[in-house]
Amino acid sequence: MKRNFQIALRFLLAKRRAMLMTLAGIVFGVAFFIVTQAQTHGFEDLFIRTVLGANGALRVQDKFQNPITSLMADTGDSTEGFRVPLKEGRTYIPGISHPGVIKESVEKFSSVSGVSEVLAGRASVSSGFRSLKTEVLGIRLNDHLSVTDLGSQIRFGSLARYSEEPSGILIGTRLAGRLQIDIGDTLFMEHLGAKRRYRLVGIFETGVGQYDLTRTFIHLDEARLLFKKPFGSSYLQVALFDSDKAPQVALHLEETLQHNVDSWQEREKTWLDVFRVLRFSSGLTMASIIVIAGLGMFNTLAMIVMERQREIAILRSIGYTRGDIISIFLQQGMAVLIAGILLGWILALALTYGVSSLPIHIRGVFSADSFVVKWSLYHYLWAGFIASIVILLASFLPARRAAHIDPGEVIRRMGG
Amino acid sequence: MTETRPENGEGVVLKASNLHRWLGNEENRVHALRGVSLSLEAGKVHAVVGPSGCGKSTLLYLLGLLDRPDDGDLWLMGKQMTVASEAERTPARNEHIGFVFQFHFLMPEFTAAENIMLPMRKLNRLTENEMNERSGQILQDIGLEDKGHRLAYHLSGGEQQRVAVGRALANFPGLLLADEPTGNLDQKNSDSIFALLCRLARQKGQAVLIVTHNLELAEQCDTTFSLVDGNLT
Repeated sequence: MKRNFQIALRFLLAKRRAMLMTLAGIVFGVAFFIVTQAQTHGFEDLFIRTVLGANGALRVQDKFQNPITSLMADTGDSTEGFRVPLKEGRTYIPGISHPGVIKESVEKFSSVSGVSEVLAGRASVSSGFRSLKTEVLGIRLNDHLSVTDLGSQIRFGSLARYSEEPSGILIGTRLAGRLQIDIGDTLFMEHLGAKRRYRLVGIFETGVGQYDLTRTFIHLDEARLLFKKPFGSSYLQVALFDSDKAPQVALHLEETLQHNVDSWQEREKTWLDVFRVLRFSSGLTMASIIVIAGLGMFNTLAMIVMERQREIAILRSIGYTRGDIISIFLQQGMAVLIAGILLGWILALALTYGVSSLPIHIRGVFSADSFVVKWSLYHYLWAGFIASIVILLASFLPARRAAHIDPGEVIRRMGG
Repeated sequence: MTETRPENGEGVVLKASNLHRWLGNEENRVHALRGVSLSLEAGKVHAVVGPSGCGKSTLLYLLGLLDRPDDGDLWLMGKQMTVASEAERTPARNEHIGFVFQFHFLMPEFTAAENIMLPMRKLNRLTENEMNERSGQILQDIGLEDKGHRLAYHLSGGEQQRVAVGRALANFPGLLLADEPTGNLDQKNSDSIFALLCRLARQKGQAVLIVTHNLELAEQCDTTFSLVDGNLT
């Protein structure tokens, strides 16, 4: 191995300019791949954190009845029977009629970390300045804090004040701006002719523009009075210890509770797909730089094979095997590959750090004041893996060609 | 092709029997060797002479296991090599055969000593120190003891050919094959290289075969074969 590496290194150094170009291609390809993955993954994670922080991992809502076909398939015998739940044919009864019982059942699941009962409805909120439509959420504060990041989203006012004030209301930053109101001001909420008065005790910012413009929180008992619903609730918001398992837990809950349960992945499928496509396409674009570097490597090694036919023939004549010749050329590729990956990783670390401190102002689907990056070992391993496949393939083809050089024929042709 | 192993006489390093070789494609085939038989003995310098294109180099490549005969048998160190696999022939070249070509074919980026060590590294029987020691000894034998650290392309033509001889001797092979080893050198260097080959062959007990069209040089060898129209006389 060592003897072959010595020869490989000398061949390599004789073509150092061409190899440096290939090396640069690998370094930049690896680095840019990692940086773009870190960015897109970072923003995706921020979006998920925002979504989970605002809406929780699961939402248990409308009660349903299974269609007849589904019921017939369910024989009730666990050994022989089978069940085909057909979601499309279900009959839904809006809301949860016995939230206390359902909440208690949900809390018994070991994967559940918190449950909050929510009574939601639409109402008009008005200050002295103007009136706007809002989505009013009636909550129990402590329960809701266990399933959202509301505690850390308060920008003005306080939750302590809210818990003490029965007519207290929390509204989003953008709504507060539109209504031109401040902490301590009075607001009126109107629903189907009923009008109730509230005091603004807190202004929150979720980072999701729509929520910050339309959401308001009031106490659950107040919401019952406003919407004239003394019983029942709209949905239960559920937090899980491992939110990645939400789809499986949702299925389990749905089957047990006979209520529709949506996971955050199902709710936000469109946005998650957008992020996934972005990550894939940026990864593909950056991988193409590595492919171009691979073409450079192929070209350089093919040139070395052409120019070194005499030396290859001599090596073969003094007993170097075809395997040795392949090893000599693969080692040239490996040397450039390893240097390229290591330098690419170092450059990626520096660039990712640099990008993460670039200022940016994003408000809409989430809130960010600088580029968000995710530091993940997998990005580095993937970049290394892609570079390895491309470069080894690009090295193997010329290596194979070199190994098949007929020493006698070459020496005869070159006037040996 | 006979399957009987010949009686390998004392000191016979290589024996060839009835070698045939056709060159070229189907339409333009040339019968380059037409039943060549010879024996090369240890400690002796043999020469094959003949005009250009008579098949001298073709014979040398067959004897050096760089090519395979279309018919005939070949024994190296008593071992039948005609039907041997590539996996057997390649190590045999490394251990038992040294080549010197008309052009030195050195690795230009390697020093003289590194070039000489190439076959030793492949054989992998010596430590780094032992290889250095042996290459030093060979450099002394070929009169280049003070130029071991020079890159091959910094040496003169005569010196490069000496290094090529040194490389051929690296593993102390039983057989040294030289194809017009002095053909690219001036008279002085030519005499010097030839003298070197003869001296080393006799000292180390190697069988040397020199392919040349230089009759003067051939006359100084212990045995001379003449190759005419693919036949050895």
